[in-house]
Amino acid sequence: MKKFLALLLALVMVFALAACGEPAGEETTPAGEETTPAGEETAPAGDMPTVKIGVFEPLTGDSGAGGKQEMLGMQYAHSLQPTVMIGDTEYAVELVPADNASDSSKAPTAASTLVSEGVSIVLGTYGSSSAIAAGPIFEQAQIPAIGVTCTNPQVTVGNEFYFRTCFIDPFQGTVLANYASEQLGATKVYTLGEAGNDYDTGVINYFTEAFEGLGGTTVADTFQTNNSDFTSYLNKAVSEGVDAILTPVSIAYSTQIMAQAKAMNLEIPILGSDTLDNNTVLEATQGSSIQLIVTTFYNEGGDPEFDANFKEWINSDPENLTNNGGNDMIAAVSVMGFDAYNVALEALKLAGSTDSVAVKDALWDVDYEGITGHITFGENGDAVRDLAYIKIADTANNTWTNGGTQTVAE
Amino acid sequence: MQFAVSILLSGISVGGQYALIAIGYTMVYGILRLINFAHGDVFMVAGLVLVYMSASMPLYISIPLMIVFIVALGFCIERVAYKPLRSAPRMSVMISAIGVSFLIQNFATYYTGGLPQTYPSLPFLSDTVTIYGTSVRWAVIITPFLVVALIVALTVLINKTKIGLAMRAAARDFETCQLMGIRINSVISFTFIIGSALAAIGSLLYFTNYQSIVPLSGAMPGLKAFVAAVFGGIGSIPGAVIGAFIIGICENIVKGTSLSIFSDAFTFVLLIVILVVKPTGLFGEKATDKV
Amino acid sequence: MSAVTLEKKTKKGSFLALIGVLVVLGLTIVLENTLDPNANIIVFTALKKGAVYALVAVSMNLLNGFTGLFSLGQAGFMLLGGYAYAIFTIPSDMRESVYYLFDGSAINFSFPEFFTNLFGGGGVGGAVGMVLGVLIAIIIAGLVAAFVAWLIGLPVLKLKSDYLAIATLGFAEIIRAVFQWNNLGRITNGANALKNFPTFTNFNITNADGQIVLRLSTFACFAIAALCIWLIVLLINSSYGRAFKAIREDEIAAEAMGINLAKHKRMSFIISSFFAGVGGALLAMFMNQVQAKTFTSTMTYEILLIVVLGGIGSVSGSTIAAFLYVLCSEWWLRFLDVPAVFKSTGRYWTFIAVLAVAAVLITLLLVWRRRKGGAKKPKELWSAFLPGAVILAYDIYYLSTGSTDVPFLNSGFRMVVFSVIIMVVVLFFRRGLFGDRELPHVLRQIGAFFKRLASGGKKTAAAAAAKGKEDGANE
Repeated sequence: MKKFLALLLALVMVFALAACGEPAGEETTPAGEETTPAGEETAPAGDMPTVKIGVFEPLTGDSGAGGKQEMLGMQYAHSLQPTVMIGDTEYAVELVPADNASDSSKAPTAASTLVSEGVSIVLGTYGSSSAIAAGPIFEQAQIPAIGVTCTNPQVTVGNEFYFRTCFIDPFQGTVLANYASEQLGATKVYTLGEAGNDYDTGVINYFTEAFEGLGGTTVADTFQTNNSDFTSYLNKAVSEGVDAILTPVSIAYSTQIMAQAKAMNLEIPILGSDTLDNNTVLEATQGSSIQLIVTTFYNEGGDPEFDANFKEWINSDPENLTNNGGNDMIAAVSVMGFDAYNVALEALKLAGSTDSVAVKDALWDVDYEGITGHITFGENGDAVRDLAYIKIADTANNTWTNGGTQTVAE
Repeated sequence: MQFAVSILLSGISVGGQYALIAIGYTMVYGILRLINFAHGDVFMVAGLVLVYMSASMPLYISIPLMIVFIVALGFCIERVAYKPLRSAPRMSVMISAIGVSFLIQNFATYYTGGLPQTYPSLPFLSDTVTIYGTSVRWAVIITPFLVVALIVALTVLINKTKIGLAMRAAARDFETCQLMGIRINSVISFTFIIGSALAAIGSLLYFTNYQSIVPLSGAMPGLKAFVAAVFGGIGSIPGAVIGAFIIGICENIVKGTSLSIFSDAFTFVLLIVILVVKPTGLFGEKATDKV
Repeated sequence: MSAVTLEKKTKKGSFLALIGVLVVLGLTIVLENTLDPNANIIVFTALKKGAVYALVAVSMNLLNGFTGLFSLGQAGFMLLGGYAYAIFTIPSDMRESVYYLFDGSAINFSFPEFFTNLFGGGGVGGAVGMVLGVLIAIIIAGLVAAFVAWLIGLPVLKLKSDYLAIATLGFAEIIRAVFQWNNLGRITNGANALKNFPTFTNFNITNADGQIVLRLSTFACFAIAALCIWLIVLLINSSYGRAFKAIREDEIAAEAMGINLAKHKRMSFIISSFFAGVGGALLAMFMNQVQAKTFTSTMTYEILLIVVLGGIGSVSGSTIAAFLYVLCSEWWLRFLDVPAVFKSTGRYWTFIAVLAVAAVLITLLLVWRRRKGGAKKPKELWSAFLPGAVILAYDIYYLSTGSTDVPFLNSGFRMVVFSVIIMVVVLFFRRGLFGDRELPHVLRQIGAFFKRLASGGKKTAAAAAAKGKEDGANE
């Protein structure tokens, strides 16, 4: 008899609780006021129709830190502009996140959840291989995606639904090579990348090509995934007598490399790509003699008003602060996320409907003056960009200093 | 010369850190015949716990507290995940170990938000010193000495004390040992406590040197420490230590060549070769159930 | 129970299984073509991955569950299969752009292209050629994995249990390093992904304007996986399969019965690797690209957990567990990653429904277990109230704070909950979903349980005794 009792009790309990929870469910839709504390994602009050924007980012895994910062930018942009005028109707914008866990075998399902949610446009992702894995899903569903900081050329090639607001690896590799040769006067550079990571290999490859074109030589090296001992590699660089080290690796590895370079009192300049433009990496260099130079999409100070407001927003919520790596410094990827959100709104306005194919067609006509520069889409749906920002780590004050801009010198 | 010294130094320090983890593996394996896959993750948690504790407490409190916490964690893992499966097939226990490792990694990902955590710099250990033009941290230099000291203490414990006798007996014959009135559960718990404490000390040295902790930080060192334990002859503590040093040094030599992409692969090639040629490892006792 | 009726039952069981599989295959076609493709894409994406994982899990079960060889090299063989498939199917005009870092590929041969041209380019002939090419490439993927398994099987299979496990795990890491090596870049594309090869969507039938007429992508994936699993089942039920099981139970006794240990072990290893290779090829098709860094030891652990959840030694268990695993971890539990779960009422009800179903299932399972065991353990019943307690806690939180955001929910929480579920299964339901039984048997047991429940449980003792006999007869 006891088993029936148990079964019955369990059922009664669940349904009773479900019933008493019901009002909670109903109240939530127009809840605007009561959820605001956490609420950058809450849909505003009223019977406004909603348009959904998918946020396809890695929130866990190797690239989790970068993905979170990128999403912060979008959330901030969303808090500033939670609605959009499409045609004659005002739509509430809803951000729908999906975590692809920095894993290309999980990216297709993450992308599919977004498609199933009925998003009109997708933003992301940080990390090119997840973008390549998800590309065909978006293409098949005819939903446009705007890559924010995925720099591998393969993301947009042959996929008319994938766009991108950042520069691509060939550009970045060349810019770094020019900087190394012109500004640092380097003739020999040690390159260190993660084995099997297409991003690292891509940047290094284009760097090598350009740098050798400028008359320099490189010593190439790779380390294995999950490696955490970089002293041997750095020592190798020292013993080779190179003028600079190029390590365009992910945030997790670059923090370790900085920490170990600091322990070794490494004095060779370290060149990094956009991934190294991150606060945790910067923090690891503190109190050392490391010269860290990175190319990036945006320099703090480029738009003081934006910077101040964004910082205020980050500081308003401890969770934002944590996601930004513990302080209120502005990462370039966040600003890129901010711009990408606004580009998406721009496209929605131009399309005059929430239909994804119309939005895709409208993206070609977007002409947007963003915080990171002027954004229009050119060949393959890649943004037309011709300059990168240079940042230099200030190892005494835990900030980045502006190193100017660098273009591709012909 | 400078390059050779630097490679050798980092090889020795890596080897020493592997050794501290490998002891935990080899002792547990000696008694339970279980590859405790979660051991590497316990090592990672030790690092994370100190990061969070040192944020609110001075180091002289947080370090002992961290070690106590890790010992408790090791104890709990054994009690919750392995003890109920004592009579189950070995494969079930190993899967339980993989499950625990999965859980710890996922929890660490959730708790840290997937962001790499920076290890606090410890007084003295984090200071650097220059040897033959190579500047290294004190932690690197201290590692081999500390390892040797700990091994001596452990050997004394195992050979001279009653609990050590019980551990040796349990490793020799588990069933008979129970019949002889040895409280096998407390012996096993004690083994896990020692293993965890050594992993916690190892984490102090390791993360002082490498600074940054991600949820997967423990996986590779853990796996390599196990390889070291097998290499040296599983169940043998000196074997595990020597195996760990050999693997640490070899690995760093490979990293110093142009084939550095194969540094991990080399470790496993070494493992397969030793298993095929001498399945009991360098110092392993002859046992019939391995081959 | 006599041997004749048992055989009849087995035959009836396999006939029913065949019908069941055909119905599922039919359903995939019907559903994919009737449901709104965009709104339901997650269903089909998750199902495809489930089918791929089912095949890989069954192949691992063949080795670990049926032969008793504990291997952890599955990800390595999948990698081989995935790469072999990609290398032999990328169309030659795409090679330049895919291998853009290496100025083109060393191998310029694509099976689908070859057969498409053979059958006269476009139209029906072209489509047939494409399908034929893809299938041949999949078989080649399996063969490559099997060949490498044969090579490393020679030394490695001498090792036992944990040693074999750690050696195969190491082997998978070695393979990964080799495929990431830039010096082989003209074949493997180094660190870069291989892409632009035919995927499941190429099985969709289109008309001349490129409009999809008939969607067959899920069907294709299911059909290939089902065919392979069927082949494995045939093998398991053959005399070789019986030899495998004999080796699992007792090597010495098996050898005494005249079973050649080395030969059968190697055979099991090679066949398992073949299907892992095929699974790798299917996974590559699922991922639309293939890159060595995806095939980590974590992937092997995932598959091992599926095998354990389904029951070591149960093909249908592995299959069903694979679907449950993928659907839960990548779809159903996804709501746990977002703090504002209850923004829409729909999600709120999903949450309630999931917990309610869990509560009912756990209760049923416990009642069933208690019946089987005979002993009364009222303590266990409390775990059935856990989901209810979770809802209660949330309601209290809601009433006290007025915030609909759920505490704790944040990115990564899904995987924590998921790994807790796995630990619970590993510790408390040690035999997994099905133990070493197959689906028809389990269905019969469940049927018998409900019959007894309906008849008031008076004949419990008699029924339990009868069932015990039945179990004995089946084993």
